[in-house]
Parts: sequence; structure tokens; C-alpha cells
Amino acid sequence: MVYKERLNGRKFDETRKIEAKVGIIPRADGSAMFSIGNTVAYAAVYGPRNLHPKFLQDPSKGILRCNYNMMPFSSFGERVRPGGSRRSKEISLVTEKALLPVLDLNEYPNSVVDVFIEFPQTEAGSRCAGISAAAMALADAGLVMKDLIAAVSVGKVDDKLVVDLDYSEESYEDGPVADIPVAMMPNHDKITLLQMDGLISRDELKKVIEMAKKVCKEIYTIQNKALKEKYTNGAKTLGEKHV
Amino acid sequence: MYKELRSHIIKLFGSDTRLDGRRFTDFREIKLETGVTNSAEGSARVSIGNTDIIVGIKAEVKEPFPDTQDEGGIMVGAELLPLSSPDFELGPPGLEAIEIARVVDRGIRESKSLDFKKLCIKEGEKVWMIIIDICTINHGGNLIDASALAAVAALKDMRFPKYEDDKIDYKEKTNKKLELKDFPITVTAIKIGDKIILDPDLDEEKVIDARLTVASLSDGTLCALQKGGDHPLSLEDIDKMTQLAVEKAKELRKLIK
Repeated sequence: MVYKERLNGRKFDETRKIEAKVGIIPRADGSAMFSIGNTVAYAAVYGPRNLHPKFLQDPSKGILRCNYNMMPFSSFGERVRPGGSRRSKEISLVTEKALLPVLDLNEYPNSVVDVFIEFPQTEAGSRCAGISAAAMALADAGLVMKDLIAAVSVGKVDDKLVVDLDYSEESYEDGPVADIPVAMMPNHDKITLLQMDGLISRDELKKVIEMAKKVCKEIYTIQNKALKEKYTNGAKTLGEKHV
Repeated sequence: MYKELRSHIIKLFGSDTRLDGRRFTDFREIKLETGVTNSAEGSARVSIGNTDIIVGIKAEVKEPFPDTQDEGGIMVGAELLPLSSPDFELGPPGLEAIEIARVVDRGIRESKSLDFKKLCIKEGEKVWMIIIDICTINHGGNLIDASALAAVAALKDMRFPKYEDDKIDYKEKTNKKLELKDFPITVTAIKIGDKIILDPDLDEEKVIDARLTVASLSDGTLCALQKGGDHPLSLEDIDKMTQLAVEKAKELRKLIK
């Protein structure tokens, strides 16, 4: 089989529609929305704040704590049971590792920066959307950052390398599929998240990461614009358009 | 705790006003939107001032409960997400979340708007279970009223998914709605000192003496009550609180289409 045209009609290097907004949750120290196609992520940052229980504290620096959670009605299939799953715990962990390299928490001993990522709606690519939202929320919270983080999933469907797989491609049955979430520091060309499910050659991996790099730069432009929008429009207000 | 805040609020009451300049029975601005997430079978988003809530509904096919073999049912859950307030923490639902979910559940259930028998697919074997999940996006006070309003709007928005050969196809929604004979509107009256107010903000919630949540039907009949707060209420208080709640409910009812 040959994957001639994408099931969703997109070009092989084309993402779904992306939207971003900063400052959507007034009570948080920083917050943002990032959506790509049908996947919508909200992120809120609280802190640096006191860390309890005390034994978790690091007297030399602050720590970053991320939590990835799907709202119970966010799946296009069955209801998601509330409370963490093994899957959501692992994604929380890799999200933390994806964001940490751009932060400098040395100024905040014994403290924590909490990042809560919630999804009202998901259809593939949620961990990447969550990371892109969280990076904007961290910037909105006024934390010192040496770069933003932009993330997208790339991969291989049958014989073609593609960006931003959606559900139809993740579950493509007429050939092999590789799904590769990537997060990057767009101004440093460094990779902070890399996972893969599937089969791919080393050569193709290099090529597809190059494709991810290009998309991450586009995402970075959108993130940047959303951040600037908030600070040129002034006050923290709730989004006029919900979700 | 909050001694100064309390005395300031009560002093303002003396000149017929509140912290943000509202009158005692004024709500903050309410925004209601339905169909806010495509993954749910029904959904609504309600904001009251700063308070922002999403309710989503999923439909499942289950075995009926042993004592009601020919009836489906509803289930309500509330998640006070730590994303929505520095005071909320991760973990299983706490007392506050459980109370909100149960009060919303009771309002809908006891309004008898839903005929659970109509949710039966095959007696003794298969019934529809309607699962209503409340998620807070921003906590700015009065979560109960906002949650109850969003829950009713989401029920009105709901469409059943396709069900064929004992399987639900979530990808395909039908035109079939839930039949609702009436619907409850829930309003919480708050007592601080000797004044009764509606729609408390965060500061007012810190200093309440007592609250009474009142769910009422379109003809003004009460269908669920919940008293909260550490102080008792007199019969007079209850009369005034239910009166204010029912009056305000008539106004809020117009927001639901």
C-alpha cells in the first residue's frame, strides 16, 4: 500500500488549525489555551509557591511539577474516569522534562512551580498541545525563561512522513504507523521531548525531526503573538470565545 | 478569621451595598454557551462574573440497578480542578466537590423533569446512563449556582449517540434529545449578619454565616434544598431565602433555551 493522500486532505507537512490565547484563567499566576484541530488544552501555572509536604523541598532550587489531565467528557469515545491513570502520570512526567530546560528555578529554593494542564476536548496530539499551552502559561506567570517550548507530533503513515497526526492516521490500518511527539526550544534548535510508538529507520527519523523543527517554529510564532496580544490588550480578561 | 473583612462587609450592608457595588440580590454578569466541546454528547459553559465552569455529558449503556430494572439514570460528578484556584488540590473529590455534585444531582432528580423509564432500552438488561461532569475553570465564588445552571443547559444540549447492535457509536450523534418536562433552577441565598444576599463572590463566601441552596421548578415549587454554613436559620430566614431564590430563578430560567 502507498499512502498517496492524507485521509484528512491535508498536505504531508500541514498541521490542523492552530489557535492560542494567553490569560484565560484569572486566578492563576499564568494561563493559556492552545488548540490544534479538535484538541484543546488549557494550562494554568501557580507559583513559585510553598511546597508541601516538606520532604519534597529542595533547599538549592525550586522544583517544577506538572499534571496532565483529561476532563471526563474530553474523549470522542467513552467517558474518561476522573483521577490519574498510568498514562496520564507518564505524560505528566515527560511534560515536566520537556519544560524544565528553559526554566531557571535556582532563585526559588524550597518552592514549587505547579503546572496544571486540562483538556476539555481531545483528538490526538494532546501531550504536545499541553506542552505548547504550558510554555505560554509559564511565560505569562512571569518566570525567567531562556526560550519557549513548542511541541508537535510527527510520524510516518504507511510510506509517508507526516506532521500532526490526527485520530484517523494514528489508527490507520492499511500500513505501519509511527507516532513521534517532539518538543523543541525553537531558538536553540534543541529537543526536550522525544517519544515514539511504531517503526521507523534512522534516516527517516532525522528527516521527520527536521519537519517537526519547521512546525515548531510556526507554533513559536503563534505562541509569541498570543503572549504579545495579552500584554498589549492590558488586563486579564476571560476569553470572549470559549473553548 | 477574616474579622476585618467581615466587619467591612457588614458595614457596607448598612449603606445598602456590597464590596463590588452590587445590590443584595444582584448576580454578577452571567454568560451561557452550549455545545462547547464536541467530544461530549452535550455541554455548556457558564460564567458568573469571574467564575467559569464547563459541564459535559457522556451517555453510556449499562445494566440497570437491581431495584429499578426498567429505568436508566443520571450520575453527577464535580471536579474542582487545581487549575481553577490556588486553594484546590490534586486528588480524589473532597467534601466541597461531593456536596456540589450531590446538590446538582438532587435538583435534577427531584424535579422529576426526566422520566428515567424512558432511558430504558431493554428491561433488566440495558439502560442509558447519563453522566454529567462538572469541571471548574476559574473559581470566583458561587460554584453551586453556576454548576447547576450549566448542568441544566448541557442536558438541554444533549443528543444521544447512535446505538446499534448493542454498541454505541460515539462518532455519530443522532437528533434524539433528552425529554425534559421541566427543569430546575438552583439559587443559593447567603446569610451574613442579619442580611440575605445572592451570588456571593470569593470574599463574601469567606465570611458567610449560613447558606440555603434552593432548586425550584417553573411554577415556583421547590424541588431540592441544602442548608450549609455553621450558623442556624430561623423560620423567618428560610421564608425570605426561599422567596428570593424562587424570584431570582424565574429570571435565570430565561437564559436557558
